[in-house]
Amino acid sequence: MLIKQLSIFLENRKGRFTEVAKILGEAGINMSAFTVSENSDFGILRLIVSDTDKAIEILRNQKYAVSITDVVCLHCPNEPGALAKVMDIITGAGIFVEYMYAFSQGDSANVVIRTDDINKCAEVLKQNKIELIAANELYKL
Amino acid sequence: MIWNETIECMEREDMQKLQSLRLKRVVEHAYHNTPFYRKKMQELGITPDDINSIDDIVKLPFTVKQDLRDNYPFGLMASPMSEIVRLHASSGTTGKPIVVGYTRKDLSIWAEVVSRCLTAYGVTKNDLVQVSYGYGLFTGGLGLHSGVENIGGTVIPMSSGNTQKQIQLMHDFGAKALACTPSYALYLAETIRKSDIPLSDFALKVGIFGAEPWTENMRKELEEKLNIKAYDIYGLTEISGPGVGGECECQNGTHLWEDHFFPEIIDPVTLKPVEPGQQGELVFTTLTKEGMPMIRYRTRDLTHLIYDKCDCGRTAVRMGRILGRSDDMLIIRGVNVFPSQVESVILEMQEFEPMYLIVVDRVNNTDTFQIKVEVRPEFYTDEMNKMLTIKQKITNRIQSVIGLQPDIKIVEPGSIERSMGKAKHVIDNRKLV
Repeated sequence: MLIKQLSIFLENRKGRFTEVAKILGEAGINMSAFTVSENSDFGILRLIVSDTDKAIEILRNQKYAVSITDVVCLHCPNEPGALAKVMDIITGAGIFVEYMYAFSQGDSANVVIRTDDINKCAEVLKQNKIELIAANELYKL
Repeated sequence: MIWNETIECMEREDMQKLQSLRLKRVVEHAYHNTPFYRKKMQELGITPDDINSIDDIVKLPFTVKQDLRDNYPFGLMASPMSEIVRLHASSGTTGKPIVVGYTRKDLSIWAEVVSRCLTAYGVTKNDLVQVSYGYGLFTGGLGLHSGVENIGGTVIPMSSGNTQKQIQLMHDFGAKALACTPSYALYLAETIRKSDIPLSDFALKVGIFGAEPWTENMRKELEEKLNIKAYDIYGLTEISGPGVGGECECQNGTHLWEDHFFPEIIDPVTLKPVEPGQQGELVFTTLTKEGMPMIRYRTRDLTHLIYDKCDCGRTAVRMGRILGRSDDMLIIRGVNVFPSQVESVILEMQEFEPMYLIVVDRVNNTDTFQIKVEVRPEFYTDEMNKMLTIKQKITNRIQSVIGLQPDIKIVEPGSIERSMGKAKHVIDNRKLV
C-alpha cells in the first residue's frame, strides 16, 4: 500500500515548475497529486505521477535532482473530525509525521502522509480499518 | 629522472654566480634596447654598471602588467622584429591584451624548461602526451607542445573543447599524460564517469595541471577520479608561459628554473624583499630572455619560497602553493577573501560538487557575499531539514575559514557553468563610484 512519490529539487527561479510540468506533460505523464515545500532559496516539489519510472528517467536526463520517497495515501470522509480520528491513530502508535498534503473531492478526501516509519504507519492504519489507496487507484483519480 | 642535472642540482653558490653573470647581461640588453627600461633606470640614477651580482637586483625598478598594456603591442621588445619568431598574447579581460615576443633562442629555452618539468613528472620519449590546453595566442598549448617534442615524446595536439573526442582519443591512443587546466580535468573526469568506457581502460598515469591556482584537495580529487598522479606546472605569459616551474615526484613544492627565471618574494605594500621563507608577492626577472626581457616583474601571485634541497635531489628553489593573487583578492565588508579559501572548503565537503561561483554585490551600502554551490546527486533528499542542515554546515565552515558569513545558495545540479579553460569563480557586481 506504499506509494512512490517523486521529490524534485528546484531553485526558486521563475518558470522552474512550469518546465517540470511541461516535460512531464510532453511525455504523457499525468500528475495525480503534488505539493511544494520551499524556503527562500529552493523548493522541494513532491509529486505522485502516473508513470514513476519513466518520469524519473526523463527528469534525470534533463539533469534534475530527483529522489523517491515512500508515502501512504488514505481515503476518509470529507467531514468535521474525520482527519482528527486518523491522526489520533498515527500519533497513538508513536509515529512521527514528517509532512502531509491533502485534496478533497465532494464527500471524500485523500490525504498523502510521509512519516518516520512508513511501513508501521501503513500497518497501523490498515488495522484500524482506514482505507488506503493503492498507487494504481490514485493514478486514476 | 632529471632532465638537466648540472643545472637542476647545482650548488647554491654556483647558481648564484651563474645568476649574477646572466643578470648583468640581461640588464645591459634591456637598457640598451628598450627605451622603457632605460628611462626607468635613469630615473633611479642607475646604469648597468651598478649591477654586478644577483644581490644588486634590489636596485632595479619593478615592472607591472600595466606597463605591458601601456607599451602595447611591441614597446617592450628588446630585439628587432627580424629576430622575433613568435608572438603570444594573454586574453585581455580588462583593457588591452598583453603581447610577448620570442626569439628563436627564447623558444628553445622555453622547450628546455618544459622538458625539465615533463621529466620530473616521469614523462619520457616513449610516452604520449595529450595537450588539452588551448592552442593559439594562449601560451598553454604551444608551450607544452614544444616541450614534449623536445624530449622526444609524442604530442597529441588536442587543444581545448570537444570533450567527447578528447576522451575517445585519450583512450584509443593510450595517452599517458594529460595537460590542461585542473578545472577542465575535473570536467573530463566527470564525462569519463558518465561514458561507456571504464577508467581502467585508459593508460593515463600523469596529470599536468596549471594556468589557474588549485589546491591540495583538488589534487586528491583529481588523483582519485582519474587514477593518476597530478602535478603542478607553473608559468605566466609575461615571463615565458607554462614551465617557469614544475613539481617533482615529491609533490612538495614547485621547482622554479631559476637559472632562467630569477624569483624574489616582496611585501606587496612596502615592496621590500621579505625574510627568506616568508609569504609575499612573487617577482620574476628573466635572466636569459632576448625578445622581451622582464625586469622584476610583479606577478601578483602570493606564495613563499623554499631554498632547502629537495628529496628528489634537485637544489632548484621551490615555490609553495599559490594562496591567491594580490589582485584576485576580494575585499568584502573589509575582510580579505581569496576564492581559493572558498574552494578548499567546498572540496573538503563530500556533499558538494567541486564547483562554485562567488557573487558579490552591494545592497544598501553593504556588501553581499553569496556562494552558489551544487549538492552531489546522492545527497539531495526529500527532507527540507536535511537540506537546510547541509547548507548550515557549509555556511559555518566558510565563516570559520574566512571570518565572514556567506549567503549559501544551493543551485540545481549542472547549473554552474563548466569551463573549457580558466574557470570563472567570481562575479563582482559592485559598482563603486
